[in-house]
Amino acid sequence: MHRRISAIFQSAPLRWIAPVLLISLALADPGAFAAAPICEDGAALSPTMFAPSSKPAELILEISWLVWAVCGLIFLIMEGLIIWCIFKYRRAKDDHTEAPQIYGSNPIELAWTVVPTLIVFVLFLVTARTIFEIEKTSPPEGSLEITVVGHQWWWEFDYPEYGFVTANELHVPLTRNGKPVPIYLTLESNDVIHSFWVPQLGGKTDVVPNHVNHLWLEPTMTGTYVGQCAEYCGTQHANMLITAVVHPEEEFDEWVALQKTPAVHDESVSVGRDLFQKTACINCHTIRGTVANGSFAPDLTHLMSRSVIGAGVVSNTPDNLMTWVFDPQILKPGCRMPSMKLDEQGVKDIVRYLLTLK
Amino acid sequence: MTTLEHPGNPLRAKPTFLGRLHEWVATADHKKLGVMYVTSGLIFFLIGGLEATMMRWQLAVPDSTLLSPSDFNRLFTMHGTTMVFLVGMPILLGVANYFVPLQIGARDLAFPRLNAFGFWLFLFGGLLLYFSYFGAQGLYGMGSAPDVGWFAYAPLTERTYSRGHSTDYWILGLLVSSFGSIATGINLITTILTMRCPGMTLMKMPMLVWLMLIDAILIMIAMPPLAAAQVMLLFDRLMGAHFFDVQAGGSAILWQNLFWFFGHPEVYILILPAFAYVSEIIPVFSRKVIFGYPLMVAATVSIGFISLGVWVHHLFALGLSPMVNTIFMGSTMLIAIPTGIKMFNWVGTMVGGKIRFDTPMLFATGFLALFLIGGLTGIMLAVVPFDWQVSDSYFVVGHFHYVLFGGLVFSIFAAIYYWFPKVTGRMLNETMGKWQFWLLFIGFNLTFGPMHVSGMLGMPRRIYTYHADRGWELWNMLSSIGVLVQIAAIAFFTWNVIHSLMKGRKAGPDPWDAWTLEWQTSSPPPEYNFEDTPKVYSRRPLWDIKHPEDPDWKYE
Repeated sequence: MHRRISAIFQSAPLRWIAPVLLISLALADPGAFAAAPICEDGAALSPTMFAPSSKPAELILEISWLVWAVCGLIFLIMEGLIIWCIFKYRRAKDDHTEAPQIYGSNPIELAWTVVPTLIVFVLFLVTARTIFEIEKTSPPEGSLEITVVGHQWWWEFDYPEYGFVTANELHVPLTRNGKPVPIYLTLESNDVIHSFWVPQLGGKTDVVPNHVNHLWLEPTMTGTYVGQCAEYCGTQHANMLITAVVHPEEEFDEWVALQKTPAVHDESVSVGRDLFQKTACINCHTIRGTVANGSFAPDLTHLMSRSVIGAGVVSNTPDNLMTWVFDPQILKPGCRMPSMKLDEQGVKDIVRYLLTLK
Repeated sequence: MTTLEHPGNPLRAKPTFLGRLHEWVATADHKKLGVMYVTSGLIFFLIGGLEATMMRWQLAVPDSTLLSPSDFNRLFTMHGTTMVFLVGMPILLGVANYFVPLQIGARDLAFPRLNAFGFWLFLFGGLLLYFSYFGAQGLYGMGSAPDVGWFAYAPLTERTYSRGHSTDYWILGLLVSSFGSIATGINLITTILTMRCPGMTLMKMPMLVWLMLIDAILIMIAMPPLAAAQVMLLFDRLMGAHFFDVQAGGSAILWQNLFWFFGHPEVYILILPAFAYVSEIIPVFSRKVIFGYPLMVAATVSIGFISLGVWVHHLFALGLSPMVNTIFMGSTMLIAIPTGIKMFNWVGTMVGGKIRFDTPMLFATGFLALFLIGGLTGIMLAVVPFDWQVSDSYFVVGHFHYVLFGGLVFSIFAAIYYWFPKVTGRMLNETMGKWQFWLLFIGFNLTFGPMHVSGMLGMPRRIYTYHADRGWELWNMLSSIGVLVQIAAIAFFTWNVIHSLMKGRKAGPDPWDAWTLEWQTSSPPPEYNFEDTPKVYSRRPLWDIKHPEDPDWKYE
């Protein structure tokens, strides 16, 4: 935590405003901002833009401090003027005379036209530089490319380099061969407009059908970061959450090795597997190594390696899986998965099967 | 000047209910239409406020299950649509209807019957939209009120994703109502350009008239693209066209461009009237002529121009090229300059004045303080990288409520307190007015201030619930508590209006000792407005009459 805050001081060009903001935020909501949630490795549970862990997010925060400072200053001056007028020029109680009529003043009006123009001009130039720095139109050298596909209401993460697909949890390495690795996301949508947003890793970029977008992230710290869809995309827009995990290199390699393997084949759950394969489940879900190869819904090959189900609506526990398989509409009303009308035994069998998909 | 009671037809000395109804329904009088516009706007304001209250109730605590997701989505769609099209538009058109002819010394608008037509189009458009709650069920009970957001981004509005008829109601309701606005816009332009009384050159028009002229021009330019987009969407939905149908090669980006080509000027269509009201009120209550009238006019005209070229700042996260984003950041920042000039000139008007803090002035000062914040967060949002973080987050919700509530609604209340005596002949109660102002000021800031924080902490807009671990609880709770305070303020207002209509102090023609022509005639004004066509020599004709030793025309 201390590392994070000091990093902000170092990176911000206007150090004096940072403590004021941090203190007021911390005072107002210690639980969310200052104390517990910022973990050892730089991840905050709150998806705050004030604790960046990625290069574009840091660049954005830097320029944000500048805008805050400029606008804050104008705010103080103008509100001060208004309050001063209120007290200074309040009419005395029994004064019924008119004030001296002043129709205007060319020099004064010129001044308050020219000064804001200069401020705007400077702000424009400074910001333009950052825009071109962050908005990369081609992948930076040596970057890991991942395709993100937005669905109503879950995320598909496609790793073409490694040849597997996973859902709802984005895993990326901090380094490759010891060097920081830029992440270059290609954003596509399967249905309506979504928006990919993990504030600690970078700004949001819309995920638009019939229009391919890109987003550059470059993590500077390991940890788990949360975010979610930021463009209204229908009934369950609120539960289209993203978990992004930045791993140390070896850990990421292990994760990749696991994801590459086909699903575990466990004879003891053959009843559940058969039921799964005989029910409509396989029309939408893929479990690699089996007949299930649907692409409408999340890939379940390594379901149990994920911490949440329903794109983050609940955590991935056996109990929640039971409820979900029984009727997903209980946990995520409006979601695209229907209840399969299984009896209790059927639900148990299927969940027992799912639990083996490590 | 004597106070004339409604002269009217002597045969209608004691009108029956039906007689009175007929009188209002069949009227083409700009004042009656103005009153109906504002009244229906205020009723829709209560409905829209109720919808917001239910949303805040749901969001007060995390993981709330009070409302179902679709109910919540309907609420924010209807809240946004209502507040923009059925509250902002009718109130600004209503006030313009009533006071533009009075301020330019005219008998009525140029096309009175077109005016009446415009009003009824607006009203039935609004009712059609609300009828969707009952009528959109369709064959399979699919649908109720629309739940696609007031911006209705395609392809969520296509038949594939929005079944039933709710989106059709949204399209048709707004289409009908926006034709009314276009008609009234043309009416206002014609009236202002051709019906000014002798002596009133363009540069002698009151600020309100100038602002409404630019406003009407913006309405005429901005509304048709929306209507066109809606017709295209209707073709998609009902006749199988593919304008926005991405599965058949349509474009989702086209809708966003068309919508915001309307949508951004719309923001200025809504805020220019706010500028208009405070530009009238601040000078009168500061007892000083408005500071720098020519520059104010120039700023108004340039805001009108620039506002047509900034719409892409709503699309900064859409993945357009860095060059496009940079250009539109430039145009967006540019608009801060004329807006800043206006702020400075209003404060400049107060400097050296003898300010009377009656309720209209309280609200006008509140407008200055709050609109400033909305304007500044607007500049922040123009900074593209900052926008990438907070666009579509609660920061934006905070921002535009400071503009449209702190700006527009506060100025509407200022206008109501200022002109209520002219319209009804009775004063609103000052004590209740002050209670309302302070409660609203506190409640407003409590509701919308914390939204900036929750937005920067990563809370997106339009979510019906959120998990408890994200650090947003406190901010949401504060916002919801603020709503309760605002409800108290609105209760004071409602009671004040009802009470003052019956028992308010008689106003007389000119209770504020003001300077524009509407205060020359009786309160309420007779159907014909002025007995003789007024003749003016300066921007403040009544100042010239009240101060013959020191008239304005010597200095202008």
